[in-house]
Amino acid sequence: MIALIVRELRIAWSGGGLLLPVAFFLLVATLFPFAIGPDAALLARIGGGVAWAAALLAALLPIERLVAPDVDSGVVDQLVVRGWSDSGIALAKTIGHWLGFAPAVMLAAGLSAALLGIDAPTLLLLEAGLLIGTPGLAALSVATAALVAGLRGGGAVAGLVMLPLALPIVIFGAGALDGGAGAMKLLAATSLLLCAGGPIVAGAAMRIGRS
Amino acid sequence: MSLLTFDRVSGARGRRTLFADLSFDLGTGDALLVQGPNGVGKSTLVRIAAGLLPPVDGSVTRGGAVALLSEAAALDPQLPLTKALGFWAGLDGARDRVDAALAAMGIGSLAEVPVRMLSTGQRRRAAIARVVAADAPIWLLDEPANGLDAASLERLEAAIATRRAGGGAVLVASHVPVALPDARVVTL
Repeated sequence: MIALIVRELRIAWSGGGLLLPVAFFLLVATLFPFAIGPDAALLARIGGGVAWAAALLAALLPIERLVAPDVDSGVVDQLVVRGWSDSGIALAKTIGHWLGFAPAVMLAAGLSAALLGIDAPTLLLLEAGLLIGTPGLAALSVATAALVAGLRGGGAVAGLVMLPLALPIVIFGAGALDGGAGAMKLLAATSLLLCAGGPIVAGAAMRIGRS
Repeated sequence: MSLLTFDRVSGARGRRTLFADLSFDLGTGDALLVQGPNGVGKSTLVRIAAGLLPPVDGSVTRGGAVALLSEAAALDPQLPLTKALGFWAGLDGARDRVDAALAAMGIGSLAEVPVRMLSTGQRRRAAIARVVAADAPIWLLDEPANGLDAASLERLEAAIATRRAGGGAVLVASHVPVALPDARVVTL
């Protein structure tokens, strides 16, 4: 399992992949003040939500290379021949994807706090929410990537599939920024559900795709 | 000792039956050559033997670990060849066999070359080296001669002979002749 996670991380971070989520997140955070104007109060109110939307898009960014290349190149076949279950492969990919983008997004959230007018207490809640919610986003990303692997234009389809399913994470994550413990608990529950179900769905998709 | 047994196995692609009621038993030192033109189901048979596809009917029994050579090399293109093979050898607990496997396929000098820089034939030999390094008792080779020159084909045949002599069983699916002394032949 560790060898496969390390491989996923190496692929995620190769070719500047580590910086990509940070740059993407910062770009979104920079664009918003330009789009809505220099109203500090408004920015502060929506900043957390913007950060969550940016995190969601950062999770979606590498979706085309999460599963499809390994299916096409025979890597998944070789793992299955060695006794790996499809769900086990998906779990390793989920952990690798989470390690590949979540710390970078959390770092970028800290850097973009000033741009979005997020104060320190809210930033703490945002970071805690990202820590809890990004595993769910990673699991959803891998499951979606497995579902669209082999489809022409899979990246675009992946966005259409994943974004609606990720709405609860974004809603509860943004809701938790108001200090509501209930929203944070719902965020944790949603993330846990996605972490438990995502690898099973992804594994089934890979198995069906093979036959 | 039985290593790979097909008992009245049927295989299909979609709704089209490719073969039916196929039975054989491969023990230590045995080899089976599955031959036939393109599209008759050789690769499907190999994938069923590897456990990647379920048979439509019948049962498959494997008596040991499997090393599979398929069309896809399954080697990370960005890595040097020795590291790309080392990933799989690490999973197989056979990291110390990588150098010998590369030498057996005549590509020891390419050990530090990234996989993406290899030619088609060199990549094929690297994929065969992955099989050799795995040290699994059952080899399933799908069109192993594709992309190989005459010298490389001889190396492949020597590797197969060594595996058989070491107590393994080898199933080769090929539409071109591969020298397998005393092998049984199934024509699809």
